[in-house]
Amino acid sequence: MNNLWGDSLSSFWSTWIIVITLSTIGIAFWLLFANRKTDKAPDAGGNVETTGHAADEIEEYDNPLPRWWFQLYIATVIFSLGYLLLYPGLGNFSGLLGWSQEKQWQEEVARAEERFAPIFTQYQEVPIPKLSQDGEAMQVAERIFLNNCAVCHGSNAKGGYGFPNLTDDAWLYGGAPENIVQTLTNGRNGLMPSWQQLGSENIENVTQYVLSLSGKAEDPERAKKGAAVFASVCAACHTPNGTGNQAIGAPNLTDEAWLYQAPGQTLADSIRQTLRNGRNGQMPAQAAYIGEDKVHLVAAYVYSLSRQQ
Amino acid sequence: MSTAFEHPTYNYKVVRQFAIMTVVWGIVGMALGVIIASQLVWPELNLGLPWTSFGRLRPLHTNAVIFAFGGSALFATSYYVVQRTCQVRLFSDKLAAFTFWGWQAVILSAVVTLPLGYTSTKEYAELEWPIDILLAVVWISYAIVFLGTIKLRKTSHIYVANWFFAAFIITVAVLHIVNSASLPVTATFSVSIYAGAIDAMVQWWYGHNAVGFFLTAGFLGMMYYFVPKQAERPVYSYRLSIVHFWALIMVYMWAGPHHLHYTALPDWTQSLGMVLSIILLAPSWGGMINGMMTLSGAWHKLRTDPTLRFLVVALSFYGMSTFEGPMMAVKTVNALSHYTDWTIGHVHAGALGWVAMITIGSMYHLIPRLFGRTEMYSVGMIATHFWLATVGTVLYIASMWVNGILQGLMWRAVNPDGTLMYTFVEAVQASGPGYIVRLIGGLCWVTGMLIMAANVFMTIRRGEGARQPLPQTA
Repeated sequence: MNNLWGDSLSSFWSTWIIVITLSTIGIAFWLLFANRKTDKAPDAGGNVETTGHAADEIEEYDNPLPRWWFQLYIATVIFSLGYLLLYPGLGNFSGLLGWSQEKQWQEEVARAEERFAPIFTQYQEVPIPKLSQDGEAMQVAERIFLNNCAVCHGSNAKGGYGFPNLTDDAWLYGGAPENIVQTLTNGRNGLMPSWQQLGSENIENVTQYVLSLSGKAEDPERAKKGAAVFASVCAACHTPNGTGNQAIGAPNLTDEAWLYQAPGQTLADSIRQTLRNGRNGQMPAQAAYIGEDKVHLVAAYVYSLSRQQ
Repeated sequence: MSTAFEHPTYNYKVVRQFAIMTVVWGIVGMALGVIIASQLVWPELNLGLPWTSFGRLRPLHTNAVIFAFGGSALFATSYYVVQRTCQVRLFSDKLAAFTFWGWQAVILSAVVTLPLGYTSTKEYAELEWPIDILLAVVWISYAIVFLGTIKLRKTSHIYVANWFFAAFIITVAVLHIVNSASLPVTATFSVSIYAGAIDAMVQWWYGHNAVGFFLTAGFLGMMYYFVPKQAERPVYSYRLSIVHFWALIMVYMWAGPHHLHYTALPDWTQSLGMVLSIILLAPSWGGMINGMMTLSGAWHKLRTDPTLRFLVVALSFYGMSTFEGPMMAVKTVNALSHYTDWTIGHVHAGALGWVAMITIGSMYHLIPRLFGRTEMYSVGMIATHFWLATVGTVLYIASMWVNGILQGLMWRAVNPDGTLMYTFVEAVQASGPGYIVRLIGGLCWVTGMLIMAANVFMTIRRGEGARQPLPQTA
């Protein structure tokens, strides 16, 4: 059975397909000719007399097949046989044109490559900060962004729940040209482990401490208790003063950018949820999809977004 | 329903039951269509609840319209036609009653399980395995009742309508059983026994033949009885019906792969699906010609008989959609039309224009006769229904053509630098006005169906004294 769906069929299946295909078309053709004409003469109204039997008083004329319909039928059969001669269809016979959908796709990609590649090559020479000032280049880049990145980051690039805002100056992995290129090329996998094992008391205390880092603590007592836990558990990635570490994508906890605050959720609740369950943020690698030249261009676009204000 | 309606020879009870449910399920199915059409205009109408979301109500709409409305209509008309053209009572009253209650049970199970999210995920075959088994049992009983009745016939010939009904019944049994074959995991979950491209091919072999046999052959059976009956004219050509019947049932079987153009399906399979879809054009049109030409000499009746108008317009839409189908099966056209609203428009040209119109025309002929009346309560209401249905269908199809071509062109539009000119969401935005027009078309249809329900109700209720004796010809 596997052979039926592989690159080529076994000779049995190939023959089988050819035989049943041509027989079906042949029978369809025979059916047409065998019933084409009637010996009976038409009546005054132009209709050929009925078959002589009636069903619930419904009679049936025995008119010949309409000529135009007969010809249409033949035309579709001829077209089909011609198509099967030119294109794959009859088992392993790949058709005189040697066409395949994969080949068609490859040719289209090659044609597009030839036509459009020079446009992107010219931009690749330009350093990102300079490229980000080039209005025409940024228009092209914006279209690539809208079709590839906007699905998560939004068409205004302001992100959403779990998707970073690209227009502010909070960078998880750094906002320098080379950092952005790196993010786009290879993707990122941001992992915050679950700290369920700390127990709910500690989680509440750390939550208050994290809130206090940006001056939002609701319970200073708990925040104070949480500081110790933070120093022993969280500081390894988020650094002792909570400003984060871009080398490993550990967010800065002292600013106003909160990646995982769901709509309608309080900040304290979102931090509790993060501590309890952990987070796993994934930015997919783009180089394989859009190519390095377009990565360069999009990187310049992202670079420009955070420097508009 | 009292015994006063009983026919001396035929079993009209089961026909009446199915005929009434045809109207009921028609309203339910189309109202669901209006709801999901509104959700595409105003997404808030999903209500943020899983049970009322588009993804769950859409299969309920398709199942309700195809199997509940269309299915009940096919049961009603096939049971009526086979008895009258074979001049014999149904093979078994008990089994016929089982098919009625069994079929309603299948539909009610769908109404419960689909919104709850139980689905096999196969399009037009979403019901989970326990319901599939019930459906198979009901369907085989249907085959026994129908074919058994033909076997008992008192006429020498089997009338053409019965060929089509028989082909539809036998083939749908095969399609349903093969496509629904799965390994049950729990009572509400099963896994298809096919995998990958083979699963997709089986799904669309089923899917296209559901169109070919359920929605085409079955309704052609209806057409071959009710068009000549209502027009009071002989069928145009017996030999044309022979050619197009055999060609239609032979060639339809091959057309499924045109739903999978430019996919992982092997090239040869796609090509065969395409060329046999093109060969299907003439056999399909054979049915349209035979119906249309039957009216020659009776065209003047269209002026006064809105029931006949339903039947004729149904044939026109049938001809139109069976031209559109082979055209969309051509790879080059498909590359533009596939995945767009054009497909939805095409389906509804068939579902509303052909299936629903021929059904409604047949019901307006059938229902008074089942309840001992010579005609429906109000011919004016039939005429109003006719115009609502026609306008509704045109609005629906036209808006989906515009949307489909618009989407297809927007998706492939490319800037001079090779980047896509539009994002996906822009094509969705551009489709908004079309969705509103489609919604209006759907509302026309539901309004028409409600008028039909009122008309049917009044026909049945109207004073006992006015009742005509049932025709005694047997």
